[in-house]
Amino acid sequence: MTDATPAPQTAAPPKPASAAREIWQQFRTHKGALFGLIVLSCLILFVLVGPLLWDPPQRLSDTIRMKNQGPSLKAPFGTDQLGRDMLLRMMQAGRVSLAVGLVAMTIAIVFGTLIGTLAGYFRRLDGPLMRLTDMFLALPLIPLLLVMVMLFRDRIASLIGPELGAFTLIVFAIGITSWMATARIVRGEVLTLKEREYVLAARSIGSRPNRIIRRHILPNVVSPVMVAATLGVAEAIITESVLSFLGLGFPPDFPTWGRLLYDGLQYMQVYPERVVWPGVAISLTVLSVNYIGDGLRDALDPRIRGR
Amino acid sequence: MKMRAALLGAVAVMGLAPAAFAERGTDGEVKLTFPQAVSIMNPYLTGGTKDIYASSMVLEPLVGLDPQGVMVPKLVTEIPTKENGGISEDMTSITWKLIPDLKWSDGTPVTADDAVFTWQYCTHPEGGCSQATKFEGIASVEAVDPQTIKVTFNGPKANPYTAFVSALSPVLQKKQFEACLGAAAPTCTDANNMPIGTGPFKVTGFTVNDTVSMAMNENYRDPAKPAFASAVIKGGGDAEGSARAVMETGEFDYAWNTQIPPDTQASMLAAGKGQFVVAFGTLVERIEMNMTDPSAELPEGERATAKHPHPILSDIKVRTALSMAIDRSVLVEVGYGAGGKPTCNVIPAPDDWASDNTACLTQDMEGAKKLLDEAGWTDSDGDGIRDKDGKKLHLLYQSTVNPIRQDFQALVKDWWTELGVEVELKAIDPGVFFGGDPGSPDTFQKFYADVEMYANNSDSPDPEVYLGQYQCKNAPSPETQWQGENINRFCNPDYDKLYAELGGVTDVAKRQEIAKKLNDMVTKDSMVVVPLVHRGTLSAHSNSLGGVQINAWDSEMWNVADWFRVK
Repeated sequence: MTDATPAPQTAAPPKPASAAREIWQQFRTHKGALFGLIVLSCLILFVLVGPLLWDPPQRLSDTIRMKNQGPSLKAPFGTDQLGRDMLLRMMQAGRVSLAVGLVAMTIAIVFGTLIGTLAGYFRRLDGPLMRLTDMFLALPLIPLLLVMVMLFRDRIASLIGPELGAFTLIVFAIGITSWMATARIVRGEVLTLKEREYVLAARSIGSRPNRIIRRHILPNVVSPVMVAATLGVAEAIITESVLSFLGLGFPPDFPTWGRLLYDGLQYMQVYPERVVWPGVAISLTVLSVNYIGDGLRDALDPRIRGR
Repeated sequence: MKMRAALLGAVAVMGLAPAAFAERGTDGEVKLTFPQAVSIMNPYLTGGTKDIYASSMVLEPLVGLDPQGVMVPKLVTEIPTKENGGISEDMTSITWKLIPDLKWSDGTPVTADDAVFTWQYCTHPEGGCSQATKFEGIASVEAVDPQTIKVTFNGPKANPYTAFVSALSPVLQKKQFEACLGAAAPTCTDANNMPIGTGPFKVTGFTVNDTVSMAMNENYRDPAKPAFASAVIKGGGDAEGSARAVMETGEFDYAWNTQIPPDTQASMLAAGKGQFVVAFGTLVERIEMNMTDPSAELPEGERATAKHPHPILSDIKVRTALSMAIDRSVLVEVGYGAGGKPTCNVIPAPDDWASDNTACLTQDMEGAKKLLDEAGWTDSDGDGIRDKDGKKLHLLYQSTVNPIRQDFQALVKDWWTELGVEVELKAIDPGVFFGGDPGSPDTFQKFYADVEMYANNSDSPDPEVYLGQYQCKNAPSPETQWQGENINRFCNPDYDKLYAELGGVTDVAKRQEIAKKLNDMVTKDSMVVVPLVHRGTLSAHSNSLGGVQINAWDSEMWNVADWFRVK
């Protein structure tokens, strides 16, 4: 037999662990973060899949007779003052609140990181961009939001409909007013990083700034950004409820966790569960996101990883 | 801590009061709480009900109104009428006779000069008096002698009982306010905060936007009253907190304006410490239909003006159908409980003035659907929303941010959706909605929506002024800086004509008949105003406080001199 079959490779060298895998390994060791991830996933599953499985009567003329009921098999979370099923309302509200939190946070992070990196890396941009940041920091947030909502709500609503319009406007408004902290943090980090030897080395071989930023600087500012991002989610959910409270958020028949909390407030003594459900949901989200952020920071930091 | 300090202070004041009076001042202190704090004690310089009510314990008009809207003499010997010669034959003047030996709380005599001065004070061109309407049409107020006040009108006056009637226009002391005429009025802080009056109490301490402390007036005309030696009004907090302080913890004896949901009312009643009382005035929660086109596509300045009639709501069949689809008793049950009743009238009270219009009280969904079919609105593309000539039946329904109003919006939206109407809801901050800023697109006067919901009422039992708002000329428009009370831009020459007639009629029965007709013209005949709920003002008093007679036509404290401690 001349053409022998190649011998099966029995002693292949161990595959080098990928970065993602290594991060996951480290993340798993953080118990709180793992718990947060599970809770958040459950919440997301609850609001996304829940309404498909749970379908109580929704016409008010049918439900009005069952108003103000406590938790039961028919309505696990009870019903509100118009007989609407609280479980369903919690799911619908959660979709909006979570979406607002995540999208607004993304906008704030992208914008903040962009401004921070540019200001930190390019000397000439530093002054103007940081003064811009100062200016935004000095703006009182709520009045600014009120003016924005008042000026643009009708215009946006006529373009893409009242609900989507409100969503876009709120998410944008919150995002645009909460990037400053991130920008400050990122700029500080970039200022120190760009004097490091490996960055100098990259520059000396003629790498272009945009490559240096992407390859060498951005991966190193991920951890502070992550922390800022997690805090941002919580803040966005709460800012949204403030806006709803002032009547400038979503249309009044559009439930969000913040609005359910506000609506339940006047019934707090008689039906405490009305404020407990949305309160617990908001707290769980904020807490789990914070833990995830904590775990991610540890996992992404090469100095902590492996220890 | 603050409240406790205030209460302790009030108790200290009480201790200082001489104990020489046997019947007067034997019942200790009466404690009141207002959800909105009192900011001034002069009703001529404020629009706030809280301030007017608080000052009514100190300052008094010549006559007050009782819970039925009937006049009761306070500082005068009798009510002037044509029969007793108090009103001149030609209805151009009215003469009041003061009670003899009447004294201010500082011991000086009350004379006709004080009333004359009060008229000058409120009608001073630089004064900005809040109750100026009370003195409208008055040519002069003279002191015939120290006991006699003669009010002369510009012409025959059908309703001469405006000036010096009810807590809105009490008599001020000339000596105290002499230096406060015109532009100087708001600068007289001492006089405005601690006015000298003829009422059962006098102010002893006033913290602006917090607490008013009062002691009994030793010079009050009835030597046996008031039963309480002192009174304190604590302001601030919210309706629920105030109600709880009376109904559950018993910290206070009386809480004004405790508008809380029916379930909470029931649970507080169960504590057994107090009770709720409701004053049914003329406050009506209503849906107003916009007769003009609020479309954003119209240029600013033409939007929501009489130039463009509303494309959908101009049709009376549509308006009627929208009203028929509403079940008003469900709204009352959800929103107000004992504090409201269903109504179809803009003028729901007093009984003699209210029309017998009750057709809207039963919901008729099928009839409403039929009406819309007749009007040409049919669901031609099967998406559940009616349309006509390619235009969807879509309505923007706005109101203020208020939990009860949001519940109403949800319910009405549900009924209208069943009807095949697509409803978009909007809730606006009440400060903006009622703010009247011509620059804001969200005021109720601008009405950049198809329908809007709020409550409004008539200040006096005689609704002449109130009905005047639906005249064509009162429509808000860019020319009037968006001011005006005819929110719907309702315009009916017959209405204007009948209203003009009302001004000349003096016979009360005839006036009532015309008022009912006017009421019907804006409600059941045209469905421009869709009344929903006749709302009362809900207040709470503890079971240990006696003599309370809630009153919608005057101050709720109109008979505070008769209040006593139940033992």
